[in-house]
Amino acid sequence: MNATLRNLLVNTACLAVGVLLSLGFWSMLSATVAKELPTPAATWEVAKPYIVEPFAKRGEQDQGILRLVGYSLGLVAKGYLIALIVGTPIGFLLGLSKGFARVFDPIVQVLRPVSPLAWLPLGMVLFLSTGRQALENGALFTIAICAMWPTVLNTAVGVRAIPQDYLNVGRVLKLSRMKMLFKIMVPATLPYMFTGFRLSLGIAWLVIVAAEMLTGRTGVGSFLWNEYNNANYGNIIFSILTIGVIGFILDRLMSVAESRFKTA
Amino acid sequence: MSSFLEISRLHKTFPTPKGPLTVVKDFDLKIRKGEFIALIGHSGCGKSTVLSMIAGLSDVTLGGIILAGKEVTNAGPDRGVVFQSPCLLPWFTAFENVMLGVNQVYYTASKEERRQIAEYYLSVVGLADAMHKRPGELSQGMRQRCGIARAFALSPKMLLLDEPFGMLDNLTKMELQDVLLDLWQRDQKTALIVTHDVDEALYLADRVVMMTDGPEATVGEIFEVPFARPRDRRALLEDPAFYEAREHLLHFLNHRSHERPARPEGEPPAPKVKPPATGLRRFMGALAAA
Ligand SMILES: Nc1ncnc2c1ncn2[C@@H]1O[C@H](COP(=O)(O)OP(=O)(O)OP(=O)(O)O)[C@@H](O)[C@H]1O
Ligand SMILES: [Mg+2]
Repeated sequence: MNATLRNLLVNTACLAVGVLLSLGFWSMLSATVAKELPTPAATWEVAKPYIVEPFAKRGEQDQGILRLVGYSLGLVAKGYLIALIVGTPIGFLLGLSKGFARVFDPIVQVLRPVSPLAWLPLGMVLFLSTGRQALENGALFTIAICAMWPTVLNTAVGVRAIPQDYLNVGRVLKLSRMKMLFKIMVPATLPYMFTGFRLSLGIAWLVIVAAEMLTGRTGVGSFLWNEYNNANYGNIIFSILTIGVIGFILDRLMSVAESRFKTA
Repeated sequence: MSSFLEISRLHKTFPTPKGPLTVVKDFDLKIRKGEFIALIGHSGCGKSTVLSMIAGLSDVTLGGIILAGKEVTNAGPDRGVVFQSPCLLPWFTAFENVMLGVNQVYYTASKEERRQIAEYYLSVVGLADAMHKRPGELSQGMRQRCGIARAFALSPKMLLLDEPFGMLDNLTKMELQDVLLDLWQRDQKTALIVTHDVDEALYLADRVVMMTDGPEATVGEIFEVPFARPRDRRALLEDPAFYEAREHLLHFLNHRSHERPARPEGEPPAPKVKPPATGLRRFMGALAAA
């Protein structure tokens, strides 16, 4: 008990030191080389209305920060879900079938490093026929395709790593394919799948800014870009911090889910 | 009496980087219904290989295995396997692990009946109080008990046990040997146990099959265990015949296991057996290859 309390105090102190050092460096930068960079205090001033009223809606772009985050999270959630629904079965096929892996692994390897900025125009072209929805659909496509790869690859690795002993149990019992899949293979692969899911969520959140900047859809990403155009530079920093904190929280949440399945 | 399991001229060849390695060659064995056979031999001679071919988990290279009049080509619940490491599925409780098999074998029974079957076998092996725990929360011995319950609950024609008690302490081992004998006698099973332990072989088995050293291992000698059943461990330890038998087995392992018995001349060559590729097998094959 005492030890955990001390640990907590030490951790908090370390965090405070880190934050203070960063703020100091930032102040120094804006005082010396980057005169246009707002100081921490100036940043707080411009960001304040968005923080004190986090759910306010004053105009299309002028909204409380949590409302903006909510829009972004909504889009990310949809794209992420698509990534999981498409990526997990592909990962399973890659892991299960050597033939499938031979045919599609090179394609996966080529598509994986492509930047979201490159996918977005293609996404919009793909969904041109959906008219006003094209922007949103293109953004979803981009999030899904960029976020999919960690899920695909980790699932495939997990499937290949299923211990032969577990499969033998299924063979001795003559389990049907469906039972083999859902009673043995999926549970055995879950820890790997969750690692993939966590990495995928990180990427989905990473892509949101690019997607919103280019499509102009309301959210933290487009807020950042608009505030740059409005020369409210403080809000760029504020947006970056918000994006970072939200990404961090998402990652923590996924780690909790992941560790639950690790012990299973 | 006709044999229940007939293994004839069994060969197993593994492809290795240095070319094909014939681990088992011309392995012959006939087992009667209800018999308890122990298979002993030096580590790496191919005991597990033979067992997994009988289980249908490993392909037969050459020769044949006939169980109850049918060629063994694939795994199935008519052979209950107790693996060397219990390999329970860690995401299921002990009860669910047993139920997975029970559901497969007794698919016509009601849910309640199936639950009773699983609970019966779990309590016979002494897991009545722990059956709703996951393997991670069970001791090594408890997991092994669960593996035995799982194999027995299938009500298999034949039990195949690969060093089931190898990793247990002596007390647990003796207790589980008695559990095994008890179940075997009650359900009138045929059993084949692979073991390193000469005493265990003599306590459990009707016949002890001694394998020669690999590669190209085969049956070196078969020893008829002369002790009447039910056997009493204490009485056995006081019986000079037990020590003679023990000496005999150890002598084989220490001095004669490298001698391959000569095959009689003029026997026909072993028949080639190629198991048909069923859907599941192809599915698994793809998996293994991947
Ligand atoms: N998949 C494989 N590929 C190549 N060689 C194998 C393979 N499986 C087993 N072997 C070889 O076959 C021989 C027999 O193995 P097996 O596991 O049957 O021995 P064992 O008698 O059960 O030994 P132990 O008592 O140590 O369990 C060993 O020399 C092993 O190296
Ligand atoms: Mg072995």
